[in-house]
Amino acid sequence: MIEFKNVSKTFRSGQKKVEAVKNVSLSIDQGDIFGIIGFSGAGKSTLLRLVNMLERPDSGAVHIQGIDIQKLSAKELRKRRQRIGMIFQNFNLFNARTVAGNVGYPLKLAGIPKKEREKKVTELLQFVGLADKAKDFPDQLSGGQKQRVGIARALATSPDILICDEATSALDPDTTADILKLLKQVNQDFGVTILLITHEMHVIQSICNKVAVMEAGEVIETGNVFNTFTNPQHVTTQKFIRSVQQDLPSKSILEKWKANGGKKLYRIIFQGDITNQPILSTTTRKHHVDFNIVYGSVRELQERLFGNLLISFTGDDSHIKQVLKELKTIVKIEEVDDYESGLV
Amino acid sequence: MKVDWSSFWPQIVEATGQTITMVVATLIFGSIIGITIGLLLFVTRENNILENRFLFQLLNFIINIIRPIPFIIFLVAISQLTRLVVGTTIGTAAAIFPMTIVASFTIARVVENNLVSIDPGVIEAAQAMGASPLRIIFTVLIPEALGPLILGLTFVSVSLIDFSAVAGTVGGGGLGHIAMTYGYQRFDGSVMLVTVLILIVMVQLAQWIGNTLSKWIMRR
Ligand SMILES: Nc1ncnc2c1ncn2[C@@H]1O[C@H](COP(=O)(O)OP(=O)(O)OP(=O)(O)O)[C@@H](O)[C@H]1O
Ligand SMILES: [Mg+2]
Repeated sequence: MIEFKNVSKTFRSGQKKVEAVKNVSLSIDQGDIFGIIGFSGAGKSTLLRLVNMLERPDSGAVHIQGIDIQKLSAKELRKRRQRIGMIFQNFNLFNARTVAGNVGYPLKLAGIPKKEREKKVTELLQFVGLADKAKDFPDQLSGGQKQRVGIARALATSPDILICDEATSALDPDTTADILKLLKQVNQDFGVTILLITHEMHVIQSICNKVAVMEAGEVIETGNVFNTFTNPQHVTTQKFIRSVQQDLPSKSILEKWKANGGKKLYRIIFQGDITNQPILSTTTRKHHVDFNIVYGSVRELQERLFGNLLISFTGDDSHIKQVLKELKTIVKIEEVDDYESGLV
Repeated sequence: MKVDWSSFWPQIVEATGQTITMVVATLIFGSIIGITIGLLLFVTRENNILENRFLFQLLNFIINIIRPIPFIIFLVAISQLTRLVVGTTIGTAAAIFPMTIVASFTIARVVENNLVSIDPGVIEAAQAMGASPLRIIFTVLIPEALGPLILGLTFVSVSLIDFSAVAGTVGGGGLGHIAMTYGYQRFDGSVMLVTVLILIVMVQLAQWIGNTLSKWIMRR
């Protein structure tokens, strides 16, 4: 659907050069809700704006449905843009137009006759739950309502792609959840492919099926959300994941644990069906080892279960080794070292 | 020597009419030219929808040259050009020409300032929807800036009333001329008082119209 092929974009202002996007290759499939996450300045917005050529790449290409959109003429590009909806962190509504006027604007651009336009606007406002606000002006709306108008406006011309630049970053947690639900609905009801960027991992966790992590202009990790969450490769990815699910107790608790002669801690990660089986107790019983769960959780992610437990074992050293060896064949298990726990 | 008010009134009425003609005509021509230049100035800026360094620098340069010149000096300085274009340097029509030039550049700056305060995100949203630059000018820039723009134009019209009086003193006719020849040179305080009162009423009226209009456009 959308393909970034070795795209780079550098901004030059005077002597300064900022490589906002560095040699990024990504491919977003039809029907995806693809999330790009990264800290501020990572180059997310720039990458997103390459999709509708609000920014032009210095090298590389962006293909949409197989077409290199950089090669389109100005007029063709405008036509193509009508089928790429975009929503923004600050909503960017036309203040001089009513809610209905805002939603109707892209339809006017597309040359849709008045009657049809009005019908479509009514439908869209119903879809986003703002039918009663049609005649209001944007400054009479709350942030969440403004974003609903933004979404309705972006969907007006029945786009096949929706790109979202931090669509929920200006909203409170409850409103964020509502807007995310709405985006999911857009994806499911209309089959719109969504590319969103965010700096909040919970946004990715709640609606995305795929994720890419960006740092300093580069994509450092990408994959489906379940795998990335359960097996993050890059330190930055791990950091983001910890922001939504703490997989370690706090440093002070770990220090206390160590000071009181606590044993080595092991992290066990369960995924999917394995969470239904009593692996731990069968293995430890077999080798006469006791285990103690120090910390952990089992949660749902992408409709699959995912467990993360910190465990210490008591028993004969050689037996513990046996237990570890056996567990390793079934689940992911690793020693929690001092570096990871922040004790060094 | 005092004027005879019974026969003088018609002259006052005529002069008021001339002043209004000068101000309104200048406002109309000045707005057409000024809004066009202001829009050009805005859209040709760096990173804007029709970025054009040369045009921007040129317009900016001309405005910066003309605006600081005191109106009375400008009026005299371009009198040869006025004669060439209008055919004469005295009378209402001859006053409208230099007034329009000055008003155009003032309005251009006012327009530019109002446009700069539009959130660039809104322009970007229109671009992302596939709006052409011309479309953006007429359906985004102008509507979004209209409320404050009317207030800006009101401010300009008030100073045009001032300019018309200045033009009047050097042969432009209107209330400035009356005030100068009867009130000042013949020391008739009553004429001075009447012209001043009429000018005050005109300013108030212009301000009131502008405020009402912009309030109506901004609807809040
Ligand atoms: N038009 C521009 N001119 C110059 N530099 C720019 C421009 N746009 C972005 N940059 C720079 O490029 C880098 C990436 O910016 P970008 O907006 O893509 O980051 P981001 O990941 O979206 O950050 P944030 O989360 O803060 O929005 C930054 O260093 C930024 O300063
Ligand atoms: Mg950004």
